[in-house]
Amino acid sequence: MDLTFNRDEQAFRGEVRRFVAERLPADVKHKVENGLRLEKDDYLRWQKALYEKGWAAPGWPVEHGGPGWTPVQGYIFEQECALGDAPAVMPFGLNMVGPVIIEFGSEAQKARFLPRILSSEDWWCQGYSEPGAGSDLASLKMSAVRAGDHYAVNGAKTWTTLAQYADMIFCLVRTSASGKKQEGISFLLIDMKSPGVTVRPIVTFDGGQEINEVFFEDVEVPAENLVGEEGKGWTYAKFLLGHERVGIAQVARSKRQVERLKKIAAAEFKDGRPLADDPNFRAKISTVEIDLLALEHMELRILSDETAGQAPGPESSLLKIRGTEIQQEITELLVEAVGYYAAPYQPAFLRDGANDEPVGPGYAPALAPTYFNWRKASIYGGSNEIQKNIIAKAVLGL
Amino acid sequence: MDLSYTNEQNLIRDSVQRFARDSYPFDARRRLGETSEGFSRGTWKTFAELGWLGVALPEAYGGSGGSAVDVMILMEAFGRALVVEPYFTAAVLGGTALLLGGSEAQKRSLLPRLAAGELLPTLAFAEPQSRFDLGDVQTTARQDGAGFVIDGAKSVVFHAVSADIVIVPARTSGERRDEHGISLFLVEGDAAGLTRRDYPTVDGHRASELKFENVRVGGDALLGARDAALPLIETVVDHGTSAVCAEAVGIMAALYEATLEHLKTREQFGQPIGRFQVLQHRMVDIFAMCEQARSMALMAALTVGGPDPTARRKAVSAAKNYIGRAGRFVSQQAVQLHGAMGMTDELIIGHYFKRLTMIDTLFGNADHHLERFGRL
Ligand SMILES: Cc1cc2nc3c(=O)[nH]c(=O)nc-3n(C[C@H](O)[C@H](O)[C@H](O)COP(=O)(O)OP(=O)(O)OC[C@H]3O[C@@H](n4cnc5c(N)ncnc54)[C@H](O)[C@@H]3O)c2cc1C
Repeated sequence: MDLTFNRDEQAFRGEVRRFVAERLPADVKHKVENGLRLEKDDYLRWQKALYEKGWAAPGWPVEHGGPGWTPVQGYIFEQECALGDAPAVMPFGLNMVGPVIIEFGSEAQKARFLPRILSSEDWWCQGYSEPGAGSDLASLKMSAVRAGDHYAVNGAKTWTTLAQYADMIFCLVRTSASGKKQEGISFLLIDMKSPGVTVRPIVTFDGGQEINEVFFEDVEVPAENLVGEEGKGWTYAKFLLGHERVGIAQVARSKRQVERLKKIAAAEFKDGRPLADDPNFRAKISTVEIDLLALEHMELRILSDETAGQAPGPESSLLKIRGTEIQQEITELLVEAVGYYAAPYQPAFLRDGANDEPVGPGYAPALAPTYFNWRKASIYGGSNEIQKNIIAKAVLGL
Repeated sequence: MDLSYTNEQNLIRDSVQRFARDSYPFDARRRLGETSEGFSRGTWKTFAELGWLGVALPEAYGGSGGSAVDVMILMEAFGRALVVEPYFTAAVLGGTALLLGGSEAQKRSLLPRLAAGELLPTLAFAEPQSRFDLGDVQTTARQDGAGFVIDGAKSVVFHAVSADIVIVPARTSGERRDEHGISLFLVEGDAAGLTRRDYPTVDGHRASELKFENVRVGGDALLGARDAALPLIETVVDHGTSAVCAEAVGIMAALYEATLEHLKTREQFGQPIGRFQVLQHRMVDIFAMCEQARSMALMAALTVGGPDPTARRKAVSAAKNYIGRAGRFVSQQAVQLHGAMGMTDELIIGHYFKRLTMIDTLFGNADHHLERFGRL
């Protein structure tokens, strides 16, 4: 057993670190570092830099443009990107629909969609949830009726992340109402520019605009956009869930946030002394750091199993639960650290477009909105209650 | 012992609950957020007419002679309705400071106007470096003839944009964190040399950064004893803390009810989600915290006006600590159990969440009051 990375892996780490330092646009780095809101173009500029380097899709097979890394290299890459304040990769194309197409798609679909995902030419969004189908996803209703060489699609998806940017949406749709609910579900790729598709923004309570409702009214979708077989959509979605959990722990990003927390605590005062010297507050920071170490080493054990050829099991739900709990805890501590200066609402300073100085310290404006916004993390991607149900059933056998 | 309301208190409760239910719709509040003052002067007038602004003031000064319990009743309903009118700054902080610190002449000239809704005071209790330490005062007031000249800065002064009078702690002697040497001054909102930077707060209220440059006030602007205002400020802030504890209780009760209703009506997996035992237990925890928070707010309200300062401090800090912790749990779980719906700006849930978060910070967060309680 060995906790350290070998020489090659360390050299690789250095290479990634240098790349991030050189190629990540300074303004994007600044936004990520300070928790400011990212625009479409911010994601794209970084994604294109990765694409040029051949690093856009760490998890993909080489034949489709993957870099051919070991799981450890993939892990190091993720870490270095996070520690260097690169934006998180938007998962919908690269980590979600991409692997599904690679595994289950037709040759024509691979040829048509994969290169455009790799190069970020197409922005994808995920159309699973519906007003009546959240945790109970299999009860979804949006219907796709086969009519000759196309499907007629009707219904609505909701909570769709960044649908306002999207060129394409991958949807779970109902192609049959008989039999088991799961067996009537199919996986369909839909062009967002199709007539009959409308997007309505949903504002979140932090003031952000990242989720949407997407309505489909008699939308004609070419039958060739069906992935795999009709009625097998649920199987594909479950395959995808495994991919979704990879990297979900976000250990390195949380480490960066803890560093930021420490910096802010050193700059803030309590009873005339730096807040960082306050035993109570220090204990809180240390606790979250220790929790983070526990998570990191759990993740490393899963990684080691993966390197030995074992596919990650339902244990990886633990990564999602603990990862999001820790992220949320850090956002709370950041709000606590700034005291009253969490109160001013200064949306202009969340976008980095403002010319004058904010009220209070420069690090303050994003803290409360980020705490509010991050409550989402224990809801999306399968709520933490649902993750616990999975562990109780699949791991503990209860 | 008797923990039931008097007849008068029942009347107040009925009228404020009716007001919150019928006359303060959430979308109207939302529209107020776009105005420069952030609240409705018409509603303020109504508060005056209903006797709420002077509820805890003696009749001799235009009030109705009530107590902190009456304030609690009002604040709880204001919490539920997410009232943005500056009640806790003007009526509670301003009213208490003037009543407890004012000379007979100051009380006679100012309190009846406050009760009538014609005078809006606010208290500038924080400075950029002070965090929650009320005695950390750098702003200075230098004697100049019969009057004083004030220089310095105050941060996050609630509703200063609307204030006719800013009550300003300033140092007349001593060093930055000395307990002795702080005095309170009444400064006109439009005094020469006083500049404001106004902004909305994340929970839909209004606050300002204030700068004092050579602000001249007369000798009659002094409120209370020179150099010895800190105990008065602490008492006033304890009254404010007791009031926002009650506001938090109103919010938590509303979150509890909305979440319970959601658990009964939202169906997933062919049944109301309230059938899932883990959510049942979570809901019971929420319920237990709401009940205890209410008990703590009542304890604080019954103690804050009493003669024993140690008892007052202990009760207020205990309540604020408990309510800070409970508020965090209840607000987080209310969002969680609503699922993605809970994340929307459209639902009131997130707005309650934001206000509870800010109430935790206001007058010192849970940790601050834990330490204060422990020191007593
Ligand atoms: C910011 C954000 C972005 C999102 N982005 C997308 C996206 O891009 N695409 C997409 O398809 N979806 C997206 N979602 C939707 C997300 O997947 C759902 O919110 C999630 O599946 C929960 O569903 P729900 O919101 O309907 O809550 P519900 O399923 O109604 O759940 C409500 C509460 O009940 C609990 N609960 C439900 N069932 C059980 C049970 N059996 N046992 C115990 N507790 C239970 C839940 O944990 C939750 O606390 C997003 C959500 C958010 C908040």
